[in-house]
Amino acid sequence: MWDYTDKVNEHFRNPHNVGKVEEPSGVGEVGSLACGDALKLTFKLDDEGRISEAKFQTFGCASAIASSSALTDMILGKTIEEAEKITNKDIADYLGGLPKQKVHCSVMGREALEAAIYNYRTGKKWDKELEGEVICHCFGVTDKEIEQVVREHDVTTVEELTNACKAGGGCGNCIPELETMVARLVAENESGEEPTDRPMTNLQKIHLIEDVIDREIRPALRQDGGDLELVDVDGDTVKVRFRGACSGCVVSAITLKDVVEARLKDNVSEQIIVEEVK
Amino acid sequence: MKTVYLDNNATTQIAEEVREAMLPFLTDLWGNPSSMHTFGGQVKKHVETAREQVASLIGAADPQEITFTSCGSESNNLAIRGGAEAMDKPPHVVTSKVEHAAISGPCHYLEDRGFRLTKLDVDEKGRLDMDTLQREVKSGTSLTSIMWANNETGVIFPVGLIGEMVHEFGGIFHTDGVQAVGKIPMKISELPIDMLSLSGHKIHAPKGIGALYIRRGTKVKPLVLGGHQERGRRAGTENVPYIVGLGMACELAAKKLEEGNTRVKAMRDRLEAGILATCADSRINGDPAARLSNTTNISFEYIEGEAILLMLDDRGICASTGSACASGSLEPSHVLRAMNVPGTAVHGSIRFSLSTYNTEEDVDAVLTELPKIVQRLRELSPFVS
Repeated sequence: MWDYTDKVNEHFRNPHNVGKVEEPSGVGEVGSLACGDALKLTFKLDDEGRISEAKFQTFGCASAIASSSALTDMILGKTIEEAEKITNKDIADYLGGLPKQKVHCSVMGREALEAAIYNYRTGKKWDKELEGEVICHCFGVTDKEIEQVVREHDVTTVEELTNACKAGGGCGNCIPELETMVARLVAENESGEEPTDRPMTNLQKIHLIEDVIDREIRPALRQDGGDLELVDVDGDTVKVRFRGACSGCVVSAITLKDVVEARLKDNVSEQIIVEEVK
Repeated sequence: MKTVYLDNNATTQIAEEVREAMLPFLTDLWGNPSSMHTFGGQVKKHVETAREQVASLIGAADPQEITFTSCGSESNNLAIRGGAEAMDKPPHVVTSKVEHAAISGPCHYLEDRGFRLTKLDVDEKGRLDMDTLQREVKSGTSLTSIMWANNETGVIFPVGLIGEMVHEFGGIFHTDGVQAVGKIPMKISELPIDMLSLSGHKIHAPKGIGALYIRRGTKVKPLVLGGHQERGRRAGTENVPYIVGLGMACELAAKKLEEGNTRVKAMRDRLEAGILATCADSRINGDPAARLSNTTNISFEYIEGEAILLMLDDRGICASTGSACASGSLEPSHVLRAMNVPGTAVHGSIRFSLSTYNTEEDVDAVLTELPKIVQRLRELSPFVS
């Protein structure tokens, strides 16, 4: 049995936005029957350039259906530029997380979005295989895609890569090549990160904290009717105030440590301590 | 909600008679059968009675041909590894592409250690390629292991014919009978089979007990060393309560064999026909002409098995799937792939496996719920217009 979150179960059993949008502005189709999962995303923009309708059709397991449903919810009301920023991690987070073997379901969601936006902009059908050379023939994963996945998911092993994009999960013939690729990309990532090891200026740090709160923390809280305000940054101590449903929420202390502090530690500095201002 | 249990090829419920038979050995009769004193020694005869019950179910000539193990997987390991190592010269290991992992695992273990391994193909109905089998066993003394019946599709293999071919060229023939024992009437003493594995929990005994039939004269090196038990073939103090339980389960299975091949078969046939009639684009995987009477494996095209299973589960119905998504691997069932089940159908396969504990109401429950689930998931699918 998979350990699916309540949110995954809810979106699987009662998926939102099933079907096809009439006269869509963009259509994205990814996956195939042979791969075991496939997603067709259609959306329509209103006069102000915002996504007013988004629908999906999915062939796949519970987490593939839930990821598709979540994706359509997430892009509704957004402009193309805003929607474009949604990562597969955002989709997984929206669902309260996915089992690691199912991360590729959220990747499929992200790909369908990319494909639909490409179709909207160019009028052409997105074909990811055009970009780069196919490395994993079982699942049609290209070197370009692998590079992107390794970068975006902090992948350090082939197993993590397989969980994220399926590459190497079929016959296994490409695994030696994937091992070489992952090792090279990890080494490149590490050497590329050197400059960020230099201490940040206070202004840089505050900007980064604001950015992480906006991008990673606030959307998750807002889904539950809550919000967060940055009050002050004093050295490594970050002071925040909960708003909306979060203020007075009995688990806000957990949210503070496990969500807010954890994200800031991940993205800004291990030294960060978050305190709540009532 | 009532549980509708249709996953009996995975495991079965413990029969009340089995539980009752075991209880004295979990309370008063806890002695060691190897002890010299009466208190321990009196237990030994119950172990031997169980051996007779197992031998009787499979039609072995001598109860001493039965070796108790901890499970079907151990029996398979003992047969393949212990069998290969006991042969005069390293055998050519011959098996099929649709075996259980407890066979392919030890076969690959031997391959890694320099043994030659051949895995035979099956056709689209899951039937073994007998011509290649004959060619392969001819090419040298073989240890051939072909399952009696497949766990996923229920397809039955012609073990009599296979055994004859293997013996003609001086090889040893083992069959994994975990799914066949208790479902197919057998008299192994008259068949060209040297070893047969069986498992307790597939025939209403608890998990943790199995047996290997080793025909008199067949050499097997033990895997577990350090004791005289089981005539030196498997060291370790006997798991008396479970051995007694397995014995009782075999006695019951012998009595219920006919019911399995009549009443259970009729329920399976009604279930299968009902599903095919109400769910468009569904197909049977396997060979209807040679199949276990309790098993059906059906693919629903354009939808995915894990999603079907979870929706069945919501309604209390237990089944299983060959879908990749349910297993943690990314590849769907190796059995269905070996059969070249088309890509449109391989991910949407569901196995229902019945037992004598099932009722007509269980079949009704599936026939009521499954068409709705299939329709619901097809509404979500991009491949159905």
